[in-house]
Amino acid sequence: MTKFLIVTGLLVVAAAAQTKSGDMKNGERLYLKNGCFECHGYQGQGGLAGARLSQTRLNVAGFTAFVRNPPSGGMPPYRAKVMTDQELADVFAYIQTFPAPQPAKNIPLLNE
Amino acid sequence: MPKSTKPNYKSRRGFLTGAAAGAAGLIARPPIAMAQQSGGSAKVEVSTPQRPGADFMMDVIKSLGIEYCATNPGTSFRGLHESMINYGGNKDPELLTCLHEESSVAMAHGYAKIEGKPMMIMAHGTVGLQHASMAIYNAYADRVPVYIILGNILDINYRRGSADWYHSVQDAPSMVRDYVKWDDTPVTLSHFGESAVRAYKIAMTPPYEPVVIVADGVLQEELITEKNLRVPKLSVSSPPQGDSSAVMDAAKVLVAAENPVIVAGRLARTPHGIDLLVELAEALQARVYDQRLRMNFPSRHPLSAPPVSDPITPNLSDADVVLALEAQELWTLTNKMSGLNRFGMETQPTIKPGTKLINVSAVELNHKSNYQDFGRYVEVDLNITGDAEATLPALIEAVKKLTTSDRRRAFEQRGAKVIEANQKQRERTRDLAAVAWDASPISTARLAAELWAQVKNEDWSLVSNDRYPSYWPTKLWDFKKHYHYIGAQGAAGIGYGAPAAVGAALANRKHGRLTVNIQPDGDINYAPGVLWTAAHHNIPLLNIMHNNRAYHQEHMYVQMVANKNDRGIDRSHIGTVLGSPNIDYAMMAKTYGLYGEGPISDPRELGPAIRRGIERVKKGEPALLDVLTQPR
Repeated sequence: MTKFLIVTGLLVVAAAAQTKSGDMKNGERLYLKNGCFECHGYQGQGGLAGARLSQTRLNVAGFTAFVRNPPSGGMPPYRAKVMTDQELADVFAYIQTFPAPQPAKNIPLLNE
Repeated sequence: MPKSTKPNYKSRRGFLTGAAAGAAGLIARPPIAMAQQSGGSAKVEVSTPQRPGADFMMDVIKSLGIEYCATNPGTSFRGLHESMINYGGNKDPELLTCLHEESSVAMAHGYAKIEGKPMMIMAHGTVGLQHASMAIYNAYADRVPVYIILGNILDINYRRGSADWYHSVQDAPSMVRDYVKWDDTPVTLSHFGESAVRAYKIAMTPPYEPVVIVADGVLQEELITEKNLRVPKLSVSSPPQGDSSAVMDAAKVLVAAENPVIVAGRLARTPHGIDLLVELAEALQARVYDQRLRMNFPSRHPLSAPPVSDPITPNLSDADVVLALEAQELWTLTNKMSGLNRFGMETQPTIKPGTKLINVSAVELNHKSNYQDFGRYVEVDLNITGDAEATLPALIEAVKKLTTSDRRRAFEQRGAKVIEANQKQRERTRDLAAVAWDASPISTARLAAELWAQVKNEDWSLVSNDRYPSYWPTKLWDFKKHYHYIGAQGAAGIGYGAPAAVGAALANRKHGRLTVNIQPDGDINYAPGVLWTAAHHNIPLLNIMHNNRAYHQEHMYVQMVANKNDRGIDRSHIGTVLGSPNIDYAMMAKTYGLYGEGPISDPRELGPAIRRGIERVKKGEPALLDVLTQPR
């Protein structure tokens, strides 16, 4: 377990050093092709099976670090062989296009 | 049964006469059933000499108060079938025409959870039971009574041809014996009478479970020759209550606890179970998690903890005492596997060291060996073997008796914190529901909110598994009454949803309730003919398709394993996705005689469509709206 934490820490640092810019269109293609929507929803709303991605507070480095080494739960690590750092940056760029939700208090159906 | 090894052809000629006499039963009520219902002696002799044995079987079945019998017809029980519709007048039980035995059992499963008593099903002892077996396992794992009658021809001299040979078996119930509570294969009519009544009694003693009785084909069709036949009187057992000293020990632990948490699984067998849990929670001012396996606790009660993730595994990390009431699988409740080794052995507890675990459950009274629904062994601090609903009155009384004024003040302070935390979580949940509000396909939160707006002023009943739409109804709706929710399939066997909804809707029909089923697309395709059964029998039911065009959960799992194996994740749709071609569920509904509409992918069109669907359901018919949804 200790070894795992050290490795995780190193990867987070390494990822934080990256500042890749992403291709939103390619990110959309990858988001659908690789089935990110399966757990996280087509607009990153998350749910029982996956975390919310819409309006994430992570930056691209943090996002990449998370995907490479999810802290716990059902999501296994996505290695570079499966998705490169550039591809993850593209997906991250696509995630940024998800519309911000309106406040729940402004939606009558959510106040009944 | 004749002692001769040759078929009794004389008796068969006599049967034709008997059948004609039986037809008169359309008008006249069976004499024994009348005696039972009028409170007369159970020792009534069957006096009609030219009746087939199936008529006596009907007398027995009628004495049990069974309303419906779901069946797909089969030759091995044709005698009982004929007796039911003619001699029995097709009432109590009324025969329901089903297109698959799995549908028959799942209908009975859903019915029992609304009505609180079993429906009967009939099936071949061989091919019919083979079809029915998965649904029986679901009912078993969900602790639900189903009354199963199997046809079989044990005596080789009576097998009429090759089909009878294929449909005959030495020991019909053996195939499902691992997941029914009791079975018998009577060899005489008096034997049938005793076993049929005993089976009902056993099914209805907690833990409730399915039971099986074989109705031998020869006994059904040959004329009654036994003397002094009578219908035994049904005496239902009281539910087993936990040991009184153990209950007092539990009360002491709960009253002394700083942060007790209550987890309710299949607690509320009856509406009274909800009242009892509210009383206990308020007495302790304790947080309550409802695992959504029954309607146990009002969802908007201040002490009700809204689910943050999966209600089956709520967050117990801050509890110093956990009270599990008919909870599902204690090990999963109190432990989890790590993300490092999803399918392996690395686990960690989800409760802190020293947390006391109290378990109240009747399930241990019916443990079996082969099927592993009992889960891993858990080191419980106080295990009370008894039905939780039956045990709660004594526990509540003991808690109240032991609560001093000092403890009451501490409880009130604790309760205030619990209520505040629950309220904050409800607000966070509402915020999450707003994400992807206008998305197409439609988000499951939007689907739940649109539905709630239409049903909240009705006497509604949600009869589908809340898990698939990410528990959004639980999070957004005001669940109060026992019939507002009935839990899930028990053993996670898919194919339960559509037929269980039809059975539950049937039970709701006489109460005038609006029954709603959020129907996963993968599930309905196992046996969609149950839609026809709903239309044929005028069962009002609003089906809203949760159509994500996939066996979605398996899609995620295959993706997870592919990723774990570093083989790429772009092919997990193979074998899991239900597209190319897309299935037209509105057309499917119309084909089976229902009102059908869709596919609906624009969230702005959903509300009006639901209104139109409800209008049809209020006219007494089933309807189906095909809604294209987000995956979960």
